[in-house]
Amino acid sequence: MAFEPKILGIFCNWCSYTGADLAGTARMKYSPNLRIIRVMCSGRVDPQFILKAFADGADGVLVAGCHPGDCHYIEGNYKTMGRMPIIHKMLEQMGIDQERFRLEWISASEGDRVAEVANEMTETIKKLGPLNLKP
Amino acid sequence: MTKEKKTETKTETKKTKPPQEMVKLIIDGKEVEVEKGSYILHAAETLGIKIPTLCYYKHVQPYAACRICTVEVKRGKRVRYVTACNFPAEEGLEVTTFNDRIKTIRKLNVEFLLARCSKVKVLQDLAAELGIEKSRFGEGEEGCILCGLCVRVCNEVVGAKAIAFAGRGIEREVTTPFNVDSERCIGCGSCAKVCPTGYIRVASTEEDKIVHRDITLGPNTAIYVPTMQAVPNRPVIDTVSCIYFRNGKCKICAKICPTEAIDYEIPDKTEEIEVGTIIAATGFELFDPRKTMQYGYGRFDNVITSLEFEKMNCAAGSTNGKIVLANGEEPKSIGIIHCIGSRDKNYNEYCSRVCCMYALKFAHLVKEKTDAEVYDFYIDMRSFGKGYEEFYNRLLEEGVRFIRGKAAQVYNEPIYPEEEGKLVIRCEDTLMGRVRRIPVDMVVLCSAIEARQDSPELARLLTLCHSKDKFFAEKHPKLAPVSTASDGIFIAGCCQGPKDIPDTVAQASGAAAQAMSLAAKGYIEIESATSEIDKDKCTGCRICNDLCPYHAIDYIVADKVSKINEALCKGCGTCTAACPSGAIAAKQFKDQQISAEMEGVLS
Repeated sequence: MAFEPKILGIFCNWCSYTGADLAGTARMKYSPNLRIIRVMCSGRVDPQFILKAFADGADGVLVAGCHPGDCHYIEGNYKTMGRMPIIHKMLEQMGIDQERFRLEWISASEGDRVAEVANEMTETIKKLGPLNLKP
Repeated sequence: MTKEKKTETKTETKKTKPPQEMVKLIIDGKEVEVEKGSYILHAAETLGIKIPTLCYYKHVQPYAACRICTVEVKRGKRVRYVTACNFPAEEGLEVTTFNDRIKTIRKLNVEFLLARCSKVKVLQDLAAELGIEKSRFGEGEEGCILCGLCVRVCNEVVGAKAIAFAGRGIEREVTTPFNVDSERCIGCGSCAKVCPTGYIRVASTEEDKIVHRDITLGPNTAIYVPTMQAVPNRPVIDTVSCIYFRNGKCKICAKICPTEAIDYEIPDKTEEIEVGTIIAATGFELFDPRKTMQYGYGRFDNVITSLEFEKMNCAAGSTNGKIVLANGEEPKSIGIIHCIGSRDKNYNEYCSRVCCMYALKFAHLVKEKTDAEVYDFYIDMRSFGKGYEEFYNRLLEEGVRFIRGKAAQVYNEPIYPEEEGKLVIRCEDTLMGRVRRIPVDMVVLCSAIEARQDSPELARLLTLCHSKDKFFAEKHPKLAPVSTASDGIFIAGCCQGPKDIPDTVAQASGAAAQAMSLAAKGYIEIESATSEIDKDKCTGCRICNDLCPYHAIDYIVADKVSKINEALCKGCGTCTAACPSGAIAAKQFKDQQISAEMEGVLS
């Protein structure tokens, strides 16, 4: 059986989650490998969540928030912008492919972008293969 | 955001005048008392006696060039004939404003003036009044009666001093120094305004254009009432073009205001007002058709936008509601092109919603006011509202010609003889299946409604989201069209998307009602998903204090820990992620909850 990656998406409630909603109501087709959980703001995302996600068996993690300047809570996504590079560094040092973690800005009207990113990530991680970090 | 400064006029304390010496004189048998030093003309005015003048203007020094205001004055036994406009009132003067001798003098002076300017209307009117059929001294064709009003106004009121009399005798004329284009002229148009003959015209130095370009479609003067429906309905002064603010002169508006309401010194005030709710109703801008060069806007005089056409049609506008071409003539044919900048992949993909209906309105108005042919170039006819489709059918019966096919280009070069002197609209008539060239006199472009250029700025200020086309985003396209993601901030009207007046009014009412219901409740409902700091875990590091965009976190000095104000917290969780001690719990989005979700989703 072909490898089907498990990609965890942590989406902010106001923009990216609504965007994903729009992709759904517009019946856009995209790969089912993206499994989304909701937080109020991308600023809620603790770097520890990402590491935990990989430890829980995720092959890829996507954090999505509002476009800079458009955060519903004004500045939350700027804090995210500051925190996420640390993850990239840590993954590099741990020997995990950087392509497995992505930070995207998706607005509420960009349903097509959600579909695009989901498909892209699935393709990329399929090629990279399973991570198998879960004991 | 706009560069224009406005000074509001307000009633200020009354200025007290020092007591003046008064003199008594008799005019036409009636006694009158006036200030010493004022002229006979003023005295006659107070009695309601009218003395004709040509070169007199109340707010400049009298010049007595025309001699029309000649009256008879008698002091004791001495009788003289003087000009009323500059002869000072004296104690005991006896004035007669009209008798046979005065009539003779006036007739002679008018004949002299006619000898120079026989075609000038004010002179012809005076001549008719005095019974002059033809001047004995000839019939000149000059337009300027050398009254000097323009010179005096330019010198004394405006202070620009750009024109003056030059030459002597028959060479005398009003001109600029050395007859070259003046550098001192500020283009205020005061000279043209006071000129009694209309000889002075304000024109652009590029080409002689009138109507759409020279007659402004906006305010004509530096002090103006913004619109007929302005609230408060008071004039404002545009300090950029006002002469007083430029060089300290003029002040005519203050001089003639009967209630002395004008005060130039009122400074602009910035007021800080605390409010509980905000409704953004900032409107729209019109797509600039200069971008769609093929329609010739800005290149051809008779291609105008719908808004310009509407302003022209307005009875209070510059042409008093007459539909005219740039040269002042009535058009014999008008083409109305829909969807300029809308329904267009190159500019805006959306439909601008209001254009089909106002295009029909224009067509109807043209048919009512003129007998011009009207050609309407449309893609689809969107007549969605009450009575709209019925109105469209009515127009079909009125003989408006509808062509289904977006116009491709407007040409200025004729190919066929019937296109001479006209603009040609080239389009594909999709119902006929043919490409057509339609010659018209005037083209009206239905320009799209666009979001204002500065709306991203406002969106940032009010934490509003906006969509790709820059209109503000409502909370939910179907269920919450006037509220936004930010509590207490509402949007209404075209800033949310193109819409017509009934829809705007409905939205505005909705937004107002929602805003008022927030205030009327007497309490506010707060988020349930707020964050909480566990006092025992908090180390007082204060990293979270500055992170909160709502300033909801305070440091309690006595307890040496931080505390979150529940009423201000919006529950974003940014502080939660930052806390190094894990002391903050974001209710409903706690670390344990998110972990559980992740485990479940990834199992």
